[in-house]
Amino acid sequence: MPAHNLPTNSGAKPTLAVFKFSSCDGCQLQLLNLEDELLTLVGAVEIAYFLEARRRVLPPPYDIGLVEGSISTPEEERRIRQVRRDCRYLVSIGACATSGGIQALRNWADVDEFIRCVYPSPEYIKSLETATPIAAHVFVDFELRGCPVNAEQLVELLSALLLGRKPNIPTHSVCIECKRRGYPCVLVTKGEPCLGPITQAGCGALCPRCERACYGCFGPMEQPNIRSLANQLKNEQGRTNREVKLALRQFNGYMEPFKQAGDYYERLEQKET
Amino acid sequence: MSDTTAPLIHKQSFLPKDAMNALVRRLVDEGYTVIGPQVHDGAIMMRPLTTADELAKGVCDEQDGGRYRLTDGDSEMYFDNVVGPDSPKRYFFPPQQKLFTLTIKGERFQVDDTTPKPPKYAFIGIRACELAAIKIQDRVFGIDVDQQTFRCESDQYYRRARQNALFIVVNCTRPAGTCFCVSMETGPEAIDSFDLSLTELREGFIVRTGTEKGVALLGQLPAREATSAELELASMKLRRARDQMGRRLDTRGLKEALDKSMEHPRWDEVADRCLSCANCTMVCPTCFCSTVSDTNDLATGQVTRTRFWESCFTHQFSYTTTGPVRSTIRGRYRHWLCHKLATWWDQFDTSGCVGCGRCITWCPVGIDLTEEATAIREQQTEASDRSGRGFVDEWAE
Amino acid sequence: MTQLGSTDRPAPFCGLDTWLPLPARITRVDQENFNTRTFHVQIVDDAVRSSYRWLPGQFNMLYAPGIGEAAISISSDCEQGGVLEHTIRVVGSVTRAIDRLGEGGVIGLRGPFGRGWPVDQIDGHDVVMVAGGIGLAPIRPLVYWVLRHRERCHRVILLYGCRTPDDQVYADELKAWESDGVIDALVTVDNAAQDWVGPVGVVTNLLRRVRVNAERTMVMACGPKMLNRAAAWNFLQLHVPASRVFLSLERNMNCGFGRCGHCQYGSKFVCTDGPVFAFSEIADIFASEEA
Repeated sequence: MPAHNLPTNSGAKPTLAVFKFSSCDGCQLQLLNLEDELLTLVGAVEIAYFLEARRRVLPPPYDIGLVEGSISTPEEERRIRQVRRDCRYLVSIGACATSGGIQALRNWADVDEFIRCVYPSPEYIKSLETATPIAAHVFVDFELRGCPVNAEQLVELLSALLLGRKPNIPTHSVCIECKRRGYPCVLVTKGEPCLGPITQAGCGALCPRCERACYGCFGPMEQPNIRSLANQLKNEQGRTNREVKLALRQFNGYMEPFKQAGDYYERLEQKET
Repeated sequence: MSDTTAPLIHKQSFLPKDAMNALVRRLVDEGYTVIGPQVHDGAIMMRPLTTADELAKGVCDEQDGGRYRLTDGDSEMYFDNVVGPDSPKRYFFPPQQKLFTLTIKGERFQVDDTTPKPPKYAFIGIRACELAAIKIQDRVFGIDVDQQTFRCESDQYYRRARQNALFIVVNCTRPAGTCFCVSMETGPEAIDSFDLSLTELREGFIVRTGTEKGVALLGQLPAREATSAELELASMKLRRARDQMGRRLDTRGLKEALDKSMEHPRWDEVADRCLSCANCTMVCPTCFCSTVSDTNDLATGQVTRTRFWESCFTHQFSYTTTGPVRSTIRGRYRHWLCHKLATWWDQFDTSGCVGCGRCITWCPVGIDLTEEATAIREQQTEASDRSGRGFVDEWAE
Repeated sequence: MTQLGSTDRPAPFCGLDTWLPLPARITRVDQENFNTRTFHVQIVDDAVRSSYRWLPGQFNMLYAPGIGEAAISISSDCEQGGVLEHTIRVVGSVTRAIDRLGEGGVIGLRGPFGRGWPVDQIDGHDVVMVAGGIGLAPIRPLVYWVLRHRERCHRVILLYGCRTPDDQVYADELKAWESDGVIDALVTVDNAAQDWVGPVGVVTNLLRRVRVNAERTMVMACGPKMLNRAAAWNFLQLHVPASRVFLSLERNMNCGFGRCGHCQYGSKFVCTDGPVFAFSEIADIFASEEA
């Protein structure tokens, strides 16, 4: 079998670039944490741009670009367009890059007020009104979910890209993963407000494994029935509209359909008061 | 397995409580991997154990739609609880199983398909409904077939695991709120297909043997003849269990009703509630869908094909180039329920449901299969059976 | 190896419960249209190749190692051994990978699977074949079969429709079948080009030009859902019995031997009970969406 089926720009090993936008670097760390697999990967691709891993920078174009982080500043808005031009395949990785991330919570708030509170000299801060996902600015070829992304999924994604097949990244619920691994359901046994039934799999059911509720860091699954789960949380677990809203507005709160559902429960909350 | 039912085999004896330790030890000594009900993370799980102390003794369960809680029970009782989310399915048909690895050598495939040898399993404390589920899966996985339902040869791993397994079934004396085995005629008492069956009393167990293996095993335990009072008490407990089923499902005409229900309005109502999360299919002891997919080792070029539990509730399941065949939750729920209670009969000449109630308990929003099926059966309308009428012969009169 | 119960059909060479593919070499690739190619595939093992039997309408699972499998019907002449032809629309991961391997490439093959066209019931009937787009692929071995056993049936009609003249698959053969008078073949296109002189419109329009004797007609159709529907209902209206209207259906397939559950259609497993069904077998669910 050939080492890869990816048509490359240079004819040699495919080049990989990793870009950072507004983010915590956690997803890039997942790449570094791969250790053994990273070495294999280094054998298969040329790491051309990955500032967190090596100082050497090869000039564009790149075959695969991984983008971490959301677009939160005017400078990032410009830079992502250049990154898109430089990369044959562009993949956004992690909740920030795919949904706007935790910083997208400011999209529901007054950013200037935040800046005034946090920085002694707010006039130096140039920030956009909103933090938005990469796909809101340029076309992306694939979105890898998670806060942070799952290392196995990252390897699968890169292998699939190199081999020229569709990445085997399921879009079904966390529950399937959870049950395959044999963890009892925390929603049923403890009445925890678990978002597993509306959240996309990929994490390996990390939280239910520790007897905690899933908080949806892989974002909405295919066709999530948010309303039904919310009704269960409200009617059976006695949770309020506010609690439902807050559950939805977390790492992927700005991703549809979590976004619209969160707004809906906010309106219900406001009607109550 | 109970191929033989010699008369000697159905003898009933009494086994004192403390013999449970000896029983487990005996099985471990004989090289069995003993699987029994234990408390893990707030639920009864079927997991490996090496001593009777690990069994979920003195624990009761409360079950209802979307709700499961463990409570303190009679500290003398080993099996005063019923089924949790696990079932023996996990051990015969593992959730994730490597099929083979393959490397291309010129025009040949170098294949390593050594099927892992399953351990010799001994199941303690499985229930009558679970035995029934195993018998259903025997048909699916091709070890109990007739010409009518034959499709493919038996699954190797399943056959090996299944044929070496020993079943010590416990007859349920305290059904849960979501149980309806009486309706599905699978319990609460196991009639056959076990090596030993236990009915638990406070002081000990009424034991019935089902196979030669069971007779031999019981011979090594301090059993004695059961008194008529003990037998009477056991049968009274079982009678009471029959009357205490938390759910019921009238199956008369149900298959025919479901076969004609493709456009029933109830499917829309349940689709509003169904999360399509697939929990019901994952906990179901008879659901058998799977997907095989490839993973690649970039360094060596070696390919591994792995089989995973799959669910008819995912898009991927029915995906074709034009998208998923069942693109709505309505279509997926309808397919699942109709498969369980109706089309399974066409495929395997048996029901696909054993009445264990897992799909009700472990549905996060508590959708009740018995309620849905009953609603469809009882509100048959013209409209619900419009499906077959796509072609109308207007001169048919 | 066990032969499947009631219907007499070739059983898969890989066995009825194995995922192990047989290595097979791609010996030739014919371009059919812009994204469709016919792959000539030869099983590497001589013994297996010479004893490999199949019937029109059956399919193989073709495996691109490391990528995955796809169910592809066999399109060649079942009485001509050695090479199996598979016509593939290159649209997904697996089909693209097979296409990339190209001539000389080695793929995996499992099969033959499924129940094909009822050639054993053909005697004394008029045969009407209706195909749309790549739906001609599973019909083509049936045409070969009929041509070989022409004396066993009366009139044979082939109706084929595709989007444009350039989208025809087996275009040269279609031309030959249209002109040599052994069978009655007619091709229509949705969008004509300047040099097209044949009928224009969907294939179901051609049904109007067919006069059938319902008592001895057998219909075999394969195409998109709407074609299957239109073809089935048209002939039922003409009182061709439902038991003699046959449709080849498409579903997601994973195992090919009725165990993985993916291809279920109502109570049927399309991979073992089908892919060819008599309308009478599926009448109850045929009109339902998402069955």
